[in-house]
Amino acid sequence: MTDTSDSAAERKGLLRFLTCGSVDDGKSTLIGRLLYDTQLVLEDQLAALERDSRKHGTTGEDLDLALLVDGLQAEREQGITIDVAYRFFATPRRAFIVADTPGHEQYTRNMATGASNSQAAVILIDARKGVLTQTRRHSYICALLGIKHVVLAINKIDLVDFSGERFHRIVADYLGFAEPLKFASITSIALSARFGDNVIRRSERTAWYEGPTLIEHLEALDVSEELAGKPLRFPVQWVNRPDLDFRGFAGTVASGVVRPGERVVVAESGRESRVERIVTADGDLSEARAGDAVTVTLADDVDVARGDVLAHADARPEVVDQFAAEVLWMSEEPMLPGRSYLMRIGTRYVPARITSLKHKTDVNTLEHIAAKTLGLNEIGACNLSTATPVAFDPYAENRATGAFVLIDRFTNATAGAGMISFGLRRATNIHRQALLVDKSARVRLNGHRPAILWFTGLSGSGKSTIANIVERELHALGAHTYMLDGDNVRHGLNRDLGFTDADRVENIRRVGEVAKLFVDAGAIVLCSFISPFRAERRMVRELVPAEEFIEVFVDTPIEECKRRDPKGLYARALEGKIKNFTGIDSPYEPPEEPEIVLGRSPLAPEEEARRVLEALKARQIIG
Amino acid sequence: MSTSTPSPSGTRLSPHLRQLESESIGILREVVAEFHNPVMLYSIGKDSGVMLHLALKAFYPSKPPFPLLHIDTGWKFRAMIEHRDQISARYGVKLLVHTNPDGLARGINPITSGSQLHTQVMKTEALKQALDKWQFDAAFGGARRDEEKSRAKERIFSFRSAGHVWDPRNQRPELWNLYNTRISQGETIRVFPLSNWTELDIWQYTRAQNIPVVPLYFAAPRPVIERDGQLIMRDDERMALKPGEREQVRMVRFRSLGCYPLSAAIESQAATIDEVIAEMLATRTSERSGRLIDTDEAASMEKKKRDGYF
Repeated sequence: MTDTSDSAAERKGLLRFLTCGSVDDGKSTLIGRLLYDTQLVLEDQLAALERDSRKHGTTGEDLDLALLVDGLQAEREQGITIDVAYRFFATPRRAFIVADTPGHEQYTRNMATGASNSQAAVILIDARKGVLTQTRRHSYICALLGIKHVVLAINKIDLVDFSGERFHRIVADYLGFAEPLKFASITSIALSARFGDNVIRRSERTAWYEGPTLIEHLEALDVSEELAGKPLRFPVQWVNRPDLDFRGFAGTVASGVVRPGERVVVAESGRESRVERIVTADGDLSEARAGDAVTVTLADDVDVARGDVLAHADARPEVVDQFAAEVLWMSEEPMLPGRSYLMRIGTRYVPARITSLKHKTDVNTLEHIAAKTLGLNEIGACNLSTATPVAFDPYAENRATGAFVLIDRFTNATAGAGMISFGLRRATNIHRQALLVDKSARVRLNGHRPAILWFTGLSGSGKSTIANIVERELHALGAHTYMLDGDNVRHGLNRDLGFTDADRVENIRRVGEVAKLFVDAGAIVLCSFISPFRAERRMVRELVPAEEFIEVFVDTPIEECKRRDPKGLYARALEGKIKNFTGIDSPYEPPEEPEIVLGRSPLAPEEEARRVLEALKARQIIG
Repeated sequence: MSTSTPSPSGTRLSPHLRQLESESIGILREVVAEFHNPVMLYSIGKDSGVMLHLALKAFYPSKPPFPLLHIDTGWKFRAMIEHRDQISARYGVKLLVHTNPDGLARGINPITSGSQLHTQVMKTEALKQALDKWQFDAAFGGARRDEEKSRAKERIFSFRSAGHVWDPRNQRPELWNLYNTRISQGETIRVFPLSNWTELDIWQYTRAQNIPVVPLYFAAPRPVIERDGQLIMRDDERMALKPGEREQVRMVRFRSLGCYPLSAAIESQAATIDEVIAEMLATRTSERSGRLIDTDEAASMEKKKRDGYF
């Protein structure tokens, strides 16, 4: 062992904590103070700080410690922190990583980001202002993201004359609010970040305060979550196959301990094997514990891929395709129940949709409110379904296997973050009834292949007119067909739906499922819907095999659609009498790669229909 | 995490370094599992050394399944180039080298063109050229969050739109270790496996794992000139002496290595890695202070990053 006395970090583990509070509570100043007083501000940085303090500072002749921390140019100009910044400091007893998270209301998602990797939270309160709406919001998000230890830093105590009475009143307010959040510990500290009272140095000006200084408390805080004591979860990250003789499963142990010789199962498939070796570049290990990045080999040649979770046979995770979760929305685009998102859980990506939004939570009062969508920074209780079953543990039991993110399938933006509450039904042991008369049998009988012909385009583009002619011709050829359009769907199956974005998504989802049944029955289904959103058209596309979905984009220019206006709808929309009218006050997202494009040149509907039939022949749907 | 268990890296690593090592290995594997054509930016410095070492561990017994890429401005210390070639031979890793041909043709250099233009053309532009030329969709960089203020806000998986543009106002939220690796055609990701390491962590890990570093990091008598208050080592004849300047041999070392006319030496007696660590614990200046390119103007690093600098 080499001499390790040269660093705190070598002797002690790491504490990751986040700071949060409202604008102007002094978060950046507090972190600047921690860096300054632990002597991590270096001479050249100090010179830059003095220069910046004169130019941008808000503290008169004194150093503005917040400027040490506020990194990006834009926020220097606005005087607020706009992103998550990570800071590093160490004392002789412990090393720390601080996530500096924003207090500005619209940036809640960044706070959740900081909280997701933190073990403790320092929540700042301005002693003059007391518990604010955002104090409640931040506390709730911390609790939601599984933070167990809260430090209530009651800052600017110098500005209330170091009043103990004021301090105790704020603490009582906070404890009243935080009781249902079930933190394991709440420690309240009276401090002044600007002058350093009770941050590193104990203050003589708060003689009534008997608790620890901030740094004393952080150094001593026990955050050992005992992840190693939980059941084994080993999400396979990458299959390592340098040659035919070696097949290892690389990954980081999410929880528990694994040893050679132990029986393990692939949670998703239930297949069992025995751990043969735990391989690292420094030699094989006798055990790997939570947090260790290793490569495991198995005794049997079982099917294991990235995304699978290995567990001990007697302590398996649940495997479900439907579950309840708390979802925090992080995108400008609202969350729409029914829309397909990409879920990342563990090392797996799986298509998923929110099947219902049970309620959203008012983060200020914790009240449940009925809602149809979630907007940016809103939090709601949802039911989700995934395209294939996934292994998970409830988030409250295991942060590593109970968390997921939702990704927008078109922009690839990280749109939501979720924490699983519980599974809704077990997917294992449920096998679909194998049917004796199957799709291929029907195809043989019909003499043609089934397909969905999806006509999309603006109102008045001629979709239904063309689709009707196509159906007539197909029928004449002896094909089994069925037409789904607004007229026969909106009046029955979807009578309960309106024209908001959420209802449009649900409308298309139901149409897609019905079309899929018809395809399964062997029919050629003609669907004629404006269907303005790419995500929903893709959702339907993914319900059936690739060759069975044919997107027909009727791209008649909007000026021509307005001129035709067969039902007088454009005229009424332009007068403001119809809301959410596609092309007027509601967007239409054109297909990116439609199989067939019509309407761009002025052809008769019969001619357009003939082109569709030719395409069906070329694709061998019909003979 | 228990302190008594044998670690994947042997018994010499503290819990703290072992935790950082495992995190970084997880990040390296994630990229290889999800991207078609990753590359590791290899700048020859101590951070690159640690990053390469971690890659050798992450994929063992396979070799790292990606090449190294060195953006050569033509003005690196000769000792750096020697080290680079030795390392790639020693580990059997494929090394790609790219120099901006337009910059060469225009005669861009760090002395008469100015550090700003030189960096823009020979580093930032050159990097973009290389990423485009080999169609890399993910690039590892050795940047650390403790280096500089705007780096402190960088994601581990940092999304770049087509044209390699970084928009600090539109970064993807990064929760838990659930990295969003999805990109569209033409978009790329820069990945920083050392995000959570500090300079001290790098040196302590380098010592514990015996990772080779360029000898310039250790103090030795070297010929230097004093220019604008900084000690510059004339590594070859291209850097002409100004009137009144004269070379003198001093005991110096470098905390940060780049183009030699832009990398200031510090006076030091620290000739071994133990002495370097001891000196760092006592010192009161930050490592980038020897980088002449960062002081060009306020918020200069952020501007460079928006332009596509690593």
